[in-house]
Amino acid sequence: MSSLHKIGVFVCWCGSNIAATVDVAAVAEAMRAEPNVVYATDYQYMCSEGGQSRIREAIKEYGLTGVVICSCSPRMHEATFRKAAQSAGLNPYMVEIANIREHCSWIHKDRMDATAKAIVLARTALAKLNLNQPLTAGESNVVKRALVIGGGIAGIQSALDIAEAGYEVDIVEKTPTIGGRMAQLDKTFPTLDCAACILTPKMVDAAQNEKITLYTYSEMESVSGFVGNFTAKIRKKARHVNEDLCTGCGLCQEKCPSRKAKNEFNMGLNTRTAIYIPFAQAIPNVPVIDTEQCIHFKTGKCGLCQMNCSAKAIDFEQQDEIIERQYGAIVVATGFRPISLERFDEFGYSQNPDVVTSLEFERIMNAAGPTKGQLVRPSDGKHPHCIVFVQCVGSRDTSGCGKPYCSKICCMYTAKHAMLVREKYPDVEVHVFYIDVRTPGKNFDEFYRRAVEQYDVDYIKGMVGKVSSHGDKLQVQGSDLIADKQIIIDADMVVLAAAIEPDPEVRKIATMLTASIDTNNFLTEAHPKLRPVESPTAGVFLSGVCQGPKDIPETVAQASAAAAKVIGLLAKDKLKRNPCVAHSDEMLCNGCSACEKVCPYGAISYMDKEFRVPGPKRTEIRRIAVVNEAVCQGCGACTVTCPSGAMDLKGFSTKQIMAEVDAICR
Amino acid sequence: MQRVIEIIKEKAGKLLADGTVDRVIGWKDGEFFYDPTPAVFSAGELENLRYDSFCGANVSKYLIAETKKEGKILALLKPCDTYSFNELVKEHRVDRDKVYVLGIECRGKADINKIRDLGIKGIESIEELPGDELLVHTIYGDKTCKLNDVLLEKCLCCKSKTHVASDDLALTGEPMPEAPKDRFAMVAKLEMMTPDERFEFWRGELSRCIRCNACRNVCPACSCLKCVFDNDASGVASKANADTFEENMFHIIRAFHVAGRCTDCGECSRVCPQHIPLHLLNRKFIKDINEFYGEYQAGADTTSRGPLTDYTPDDVEPSIVMKRGGDQ
Repeated sequence: MSSLHKIGVFVCWCGSNIAATVDVAAVAEAMRAEPNVVYATDYQYMCSEGGQSRIREAIKEYGLTGVVICSCSPRMHEATFRKAAQSAGLNPYMVEIANIREHCSWIHKDRMDATAKAIVLARTALAKLNLNQPLTAGESNVVKRALVIGGGIAGIQSALDIAEAGYEVDIVEKTPTIGGRMAQLDKTFPTLDCAACILTPKMVDAAQNEKITLYTYSEMESVSGFVGNFTAKIRKKARHVNEDLCTGCGLCQEKCPSRKAKNEFNMGLNTRTAIYIPFAQAIPNVPVIDTEQCIHFKTGKCGLCQMNCSAKAIDFEQQDEIIERQYGAIVVATGFRPISLERFDEFGYSQNPDVVTSLEFERIMNAAGPTKGQLVRPSDGKHPHCIVFVQCVGSRDTSGCGKPYCSKICCMYTAKHAMLVREKYPDVEVHVFYIDVRTPGKNFDEFYRRAVEQYDVDYIKGMVGKVSSHGDKLQVQGSDLIADKQIIIDADMVVLAAAIEPDPEVRKIATMLTASIDTNNFLTEAHPKLRPVESPTAGVFLSGVCQGPKDIPETVAQASAAAAKVIGLLAKDKLKRNPCVAHSDEMLCNGCSACEKVCPYGAISYMDKEFRVPGPKRTEIRRIAVVNEAVCQGCGACTVTCPSGAMDLKGFSTKQIMAEVDAICR
Repeated sequence: MQRVIEIIKEKAGKLLADGTVDRVIGWKDGEFFYDPTPAVFSAGELENLRYDSFCGANVSKYLIAETKKEGKILALLKPCDTYSFNELVKEHRVDRDKVYVLGIECRGKADINKIRDLGIKGIESIEELPGDELLVHTIYGDKTCKLNDVLLEKCLCCKSKTHVASDDLALTGEPMPEAPKDRFAMVAKLEMMTPDERFEFWRGELSRCIRCNACRNVCPACSCLKCVFDNDASGVASKANADTFEENMFHIIRAFHVAGRCTDCGECSRVCPQHIPLHLLNRKFIKDINEFYGEYQAGADTTSRGPLTDYTPDDVEPSIVMKRGGDQ
């Protein structure tokens, strides 16, 4: 087969991206001397129309059976070049890319070395191409329904937009209500409108939209399948309150004698009952029983809520329900939480109730919060006269205690808090310790300047070293880097702008979806610039802070962008399948099940098959693996697990990879 | 007190007679007195069945072929053999329903070379004495030695005296010998070497390999219908064999193939005619797996997922390989 190949090699300059470091003409020259290569050339921009037409013309003129493109990463332009080859009558899977940009010119300085390496990479692609087989992509249907994981503002916005386009959407939210973090906020920067006023109408829209189904107090159990055909199992946890019967009157909450549970919505600053609605505008407006707190569940007694419920909605026997559904696309909108401040003992957060996080402060300032919006100290309920805000608590932290990244929202909300305090209580002195104030964004810097210039907030460049209790004061020791001196402030309250991190659930979800996450647990986008709302896993899209720190306007914009991608996908009736899938050689398969165990897509099953064997019995039954090509995503986990080498991947066969290694070692 | 062999023969005889099983797999005399060979016995052939201090061979792998045949077979399995058996059942290589497992007592098996190393020459035959002592008849007269002083490498690190799979047991009830030594001591020593020293160690060992394939043939984890080394299409058959050492990357590839499935039965080293300590490669993998994913004993059961074919979000990141090991 290989001797019949006629291969063309096309070396791209990528302007100066490649050509400045790699002698592209020398690469083309070297490749011309390789067996099977009948044509080699270089061109300024291979991906441009001019470059593509060169490829098409060469395929026709030289009757090429395969094409090696030496260019950027295949993630960038493999599809472009495959399309070009196809339009000239070549099977698109007879195109191989040698990545001489990311893997070569961008990471080397020496022209000689880089050129030599580019030639090796081109030979490697050629070695693989010599063993390529033409492949044909099959088609699969698209289920016209989307799943949104997470019911915060990101999830709500994505769902509303997808529903607006006419597709069914389900939102899975693990807490008893949608709304997410935004529901906990008091005011929102830079316009200072109240979060509830702008969020709750959207929550109501989502609840009332015929196309949207809400699964609150529900968690993802499993996801299988692939783009256009995901199957998700959702665990609808038992609320112990019948959603259809409950009128949301709230009488059960009033009667509940168990009142010791920490109120999650108020960040544990006060308590709630065992049967509870998280907050007044919760959707659905249906309570849930916290079985760990409920006296009935603990002792079998009580049952006051049940006795008082005129709708007969309380159901102590209710069980978790598993809902299985098909989806064409999945949006991940799992959001964030503030980091735990356990490792930041210097601020005395765990020792002193008057040292609070910004999200706790948000609840204190909120009219529906634990203090009814009165600014008082959690310890003694007294009005504070001096508040110190500390920014970057755990953000931009390379010590290992916190997070290396900037949490992005803290500069703005700290300015907001400082301003709101000064506006409402002009007698309160406000100091803000900062490393840098970062306020890019429309009307953001103006907002911060207002805090400094109009509201006289004292911004101190420097970090706080220690917060300690002195009587009923908090002694804040910090450094003022501009005045170059150590300062001590006797404060009544300290507010820590804790870094934000992705909700830890995202690890579980990412594993289910085989979506990749980075070292900080943020979901990875398919391309940081050009595909920022798509996960590298086809059919999975990213919305909100699960992808990286964002404020509300950015989150909403990304949520809509993710929705646009979902709509684009669901609008298609058929999808081309990836033909690079696994297949098992039944003559070599031992039936050991190793491949089945590692397959993340559940694409492998087993069957008993009769084989002819030498000897008197003539046949024997053997257990062999069978790959469902419609489900296989070609990840190759099975091929490396198979001890006998029965499992192989079309387009990336073991032989091809060995040939590549040989070409590198030649 | 009844000897184990008598208990075995009694139980096997009954099972054959009442039709529970059709055949028995155990050991018969080999070419020399010290190399009993795995063999299958039908009813009436049991007088040739042998079980003594030299029956180190693990018969579990033979059950792959035996369970493809009609009828049920009685397998005589020592405690360590039952681990291999479980692993084969887990991998669907052995049909559990076609095997009746008789777990047999094992007090450790003797290594003829170690007897010779004691300076005992001209050995003609060996008898077992009570108290785990061996009476060696030689052309120079009788000598004795302690079984514990001449144990096979695999028995020095005996993993258990308890059977993890059995339908019945054949035990004498005598107290068992003492606990084994640390099986990872030599691996730890190798880890302490510099990469160059370690390379020299393995070059010295593996260069002796004659590629007789005895290790592969005896290994219960090497149960592929067709080995990748025999499959031209796999492209690994003769990858890098510029010198005798490179050729024996075979052993390293083989260790990778059985990683997570190797029960450390030690058969590879026992059968190696060149006395290459092949079990050390497997033990290195086992030690790493234990450290990375928590203690795991392959073959301890038939249902658990091996650490290398399982994933939990708490698994070590691949970068751990860079943090330790080769780059020291």
